[in-house]
Amino acid sequence: MSVTVRIPTPLRKLTGGSDEITVDGTTVGDVIESLESAHPGLKERICDDAGEIRRFVNVYVNDEDVRFLEGRATALKDGDELSIVPAIAGGC
Amino acid sequence: MIDFTEEQIERYSRHIILPEVGAEGQSKLLESKVFMIGAGGLGSPVAYYLAAAGVGTIGIADADVVDLSNLQRQIIHNQDRIGMPKVESARETMQALNPDVKVNTYNYFVTEDNIRDIISEYDLIIDGCDNFPTRFLVNDACYFEKKPLISGAMFRFEGQVATFKPHQQKDAPCYRCLYPEPPPAGLVPSCSEAGILGALAGAVGTIQAVEAVKELLGIGDSLAGKLMVFDALRMEWKKLKLRKDPGCPLCGDNPTITELATYEQACELKFGE
Repeated sequence: MSVTVRIPTPLRKLTGGSDEITVDGTTVGDVIESLESAHPGLKERICDDAGEIRRFVNVYVNDEDVRFLEGRATALKDGDELSIVPAIAGGC
Repeated sequence: MIDFTEEQIERYSRHIILPEVGAEGQSKLLESKVFMIGAGGLGSPVAYYLAAAGVGTIGIADADVVDLSNLQRQIIHNQDRIGMPKVESARETMQALNPDVKVNTYNYFVTEDNIRDIISEYDLIIDGCDNFPTRFLVNDACYFEKKPLISGAMFRFEGQVATFKPHQQKDAPCYRCLYPEPPPAGLVPSCSEAGILGALAGAVGTIQAVEAVKELLGIGDSLAGKLMVFDALRMEWKKLKLRKDPGCPLCGDNPTITELATYEQACELKFGE
């Protein structure tokens, strides 16, 4: 199962500048593990020590927030697009 | 409806000719009161366009003075205003553009002690502040005062815009439904540390201004329940769904936040470091 993951600006230094990564995984949790294997350090930015998605980071499958689906267990299908959307606060 | 002067009919003619606005809509704008948090990067285009649109009363709060490093993006200020309170500079620019607009300046930051009194006087609130504690404060205050909130944020090359009006629609989320908690201290750098593409402020702030005018007029589809995300490097806007969280501590089924609390300054963090 191949899905595309959109990487937000603050995390691109961990992906060598890539804004989009294609990885394999059948669930959101799988994809996060695949991301970590490909680009170590990504998982701890997205998940807390217990492996849960951090409260100030939202992960979307297409246009749906996984918190309102099945979280890390959310099943994926070929061609789905994951977006990582961290809280940002700048207005300055 | 107000009686337009000849000059007003000419000034607002491009609005009045729009069937969705018309004389009635323009009159509504002139009678509207909008309060803005921040006279910086986002506040600049918002204030400029709302003044141009003839929003009758614009309140603007900011405790800072204009600094040379602001002028790369804060287009409502200028070189001659360095050292001047930003709210004064913003008022001068808005009134030079459109003398119809009454500008109320608040040369201090909003806090849990003053925000509810201030916003109770206004119809619509626009957040363009630069830190998480203020975003949570503004969200909570708008919820308690039942005011629609148009929130904009940006970071380096990215922007986010959303409208929150949980008091108006049962299924509409608030900012805490989107982000229940601010990041811990040390995780997100400020603009001065992280940098910001100047024109990004225009892209994000102008969307806020468009949404504000639509909200005041009651036309089109509201952004409530949506999050607009802009990636300037990809030159791409995305519209994501925002759901109301039944477990939201503010607007959920069993709220635990029932009054404004103290909002810790928890900035200067490093999400990507």
